[in-house]
Amino acid sequence: MSEQLADNISLKKKLQKAERRKKIEALGLISPLFFVMLVFFFIPIALMLYRSIDNSQMPAALPQTADIIQQWSGEGLPDEATYAAIVGDMRIANEEKKLGMVGRRLNFDLVGYYSLLSKTGRKIDEIKGPPYKEALINFDKKWGDTRYWTVMERGLKDKTLLYLLAAMDLKYDENNKIVKVPEYEAIYISIISRTVYISISITILCLILGFPIAYYMANSPPRTRNLLMIILLLVFWTSLLVRTLSWILVLQNNGVVNNFLMFSGIINQPLELVFNRFGVYVAMTHVLLPFMVLPLYSVMRSIPADYVRAARSLGAKSITAFIRVYLPQTLPGIGAGALMVFIQALGYYITPALVGGPRDQMVSYFVAFFVNERVNWSMASSLGVVLLILTGSLYLMFGKKVNIANMKLG
Amino acid sequence: MALPAHATSGEKVFYYGYRVIVAIIFFYLIFPLLTIIPLSFNSGELLSYPMQGFSFRWYEDFFGSGRWGLAIKNSLIIGLSSMVLATILGTAAAVGINRADFPGKQIIVALLISPMMIPLVITALSLYLFFGKFGLNNTYAGLILAHTILGMPFVLITVSATLQSFDYNLMRAGASLGASPLRVFFKIVFPNIAPGIFSGALFAFATSLDEVVVVMFIAGPSHRTIPRQMFSGIRENLSPTLLAAATVLIVFAGMLMLTLELLRKRNEKYNSPPGGGGAAK
Repeated sequence: MSEQLADNISLKKKLQKAERRKKIEALGLISPLFFVMLVFFFIPIALMLYRSIDNSQMPAALPQTADIIQQWSGEGLPDEATYAAIVGDMRIANEEKKLGMVGRRLNFDLVGYYSLLSKTGRKIDEIKGPPYKEALINFDKKWGDTRYWTVMERGLKDKTLLYLLAAMDLKYDENNKIVKVPEYEAIYISIISRTVYISISITILCLILGFPIAYYMANSPPRTRNLLMIILLLVFWTSLLVRTLSWILVLQNNGVVNNFLMFSGIINQPLELVFNRFGVYVAMTHVLLPFMVLPLYSVMRSIPADYVRAARSLGAKSITAFIRVYLPQTLPGIGAGALMVFIQALGYYITPALVGGPRDQMVSYFVAFFVNERVNWSMASSLGVVLLILTGSLYLMFGKKVNIANMKLG
Repeated sequence: MALPAHATSGEKVFYYGYRVIVAIIFFYLIFPLLTIIPLSFNSGELLSYPMQGFSFRWYEDFFGSGRWGLAIKNSLIIGLSSMVLATILGTAAAVGINRADFPGKQIIVALLISPMMIPLVITALSLYLFFGKFGLNNTYAGLILAHTILGMPFVLITVSATLQSFDYNLMRAGASLGASPLRVFFKIVFPNIAPGIFSGALFAFATSLDEVVVVMFIAGPSHRTIPRQMFSGIRENLSPTLLAAATVLIVFAGMLMLTLELLRKRNEKYNSPPGGGGAAK
């Protein structure tokens, strides 16, 4: 009896040991990839997100002022010591070529700061003190304006919400309160809603075009099905840039469509078909359509014909049977396809940049714009935060239901 | 989808109307690619029909000119290196994921395939800022790493799919006969999941070959790839060489698709249960 018990225990232990070894092996196999992803993907993204509020280069560039301005009450002008500190800081920052950066960042909060700093920096040696307060205000009256000092105080903190607020069309007013920017300056909310609007439209277009062809493919004989699948996959595998370029050729003023319409006398002048919203819809729907058709098709292939037949034999009209019996069974495919198309459309950059006009650009375009044209990484990161929240929340909410990992990739 | 003999005229209209609609949608899909191919053989400089004559001059420019030659070379270096890395890392991870259950597995899988779902511009911006600190911008190493991460989820997905039908008893059999784990992998596991690995590798290569947003952020002029070169070509001056490049890429897509189809068929044959499996069908 006790011997058997001992045997049982040792067997149990052996099993546990084997299981544990399997787990360790599994983790060992995953860890190289996980490590690479951690270092070259997750950490960079986390740092990028932090970048949107990081302001540490500012106190680093004007250290004495950053220190002393904290004692300022915010009422009236700062004291002589602050003025002396900023003259000293500006002299050094000017030599280290950091004053331009400081000016740009402060200018983001209050227009006019960049020119004030570069002007003062150029002639810093002419400003003699003490008293520096008088000398600076004599040099430029703006140094005697409390608004400039409020912005300076806010701008020299370690972290800032300025750029995230700007990405939502908000800013600080003179009393350090968060307010909406005036109508004529508000652009980002409209860019974000435009991005969502275009993405929803593309998703609906893909569903309207994708459903009929997926249904047709799922219900045709193998030969037809294979031929159609080859066309679909060829398009799917063709480079995004090739497809975008080909739509420019097709839709341009002397493109195939306009030539045909003019030749057949339907129009006298070429239609504006590309470099506008219409071009964006046509090209993006073309690029994303396979992502709708492939999951729809694989779901439709697995729907047995019996249910619809049963409904028909019970007297349902074909349209009723289709809507009440067939359509609900395709919902998982519609969900997967719509999610794939929508999430991808939200982040689109290349296609709208090439076939859209200035009013058709989406959030991604402005991320690139702030990196390449403005060298404003904080603003680029803030828009990145907005885009990541948009797509990430959708992925987290629906990704599991739709199970993207099991998506068939053609 | 055949029309029954007793169909009413309404049903007939619907039947043919539906077929016409399907044909139009497929025309919409394939038509733009079909316009580009003939124009790439145009002897004139214009990018519109009618064609002025037949010539290979744009292909000569694509394969012969310094700018495009560099782009082809860069695309191959980055594409092949990132493909190899993504395949090794992704295959190992896929085997690990399917080997045992452990806490947080689903979250790890979701994290590992997230590069597919996160907008490219976010990946590009993050890597650009991160690489800037380590001098990895404007280097092959940086581009290869970036593309490895973008291509890896595809390897993970395709290899996982083949592993789901893999019989782990085969591994136990091998081990019980005294083979080392490595030998078991190369003699038993690898041949069985090879179609998945090759498909994953092709997906990874194709991803790298088509990727332009990350390249735009982190590559300098000397590391431009084919799609990057096409992007500036489309932006700056539409030259017919672009059409030659596009046609080459369409041909590549066709070859890729056929290879993947063959691999898929082979995998199905390999993994269908012995003895027909009539009941399963």
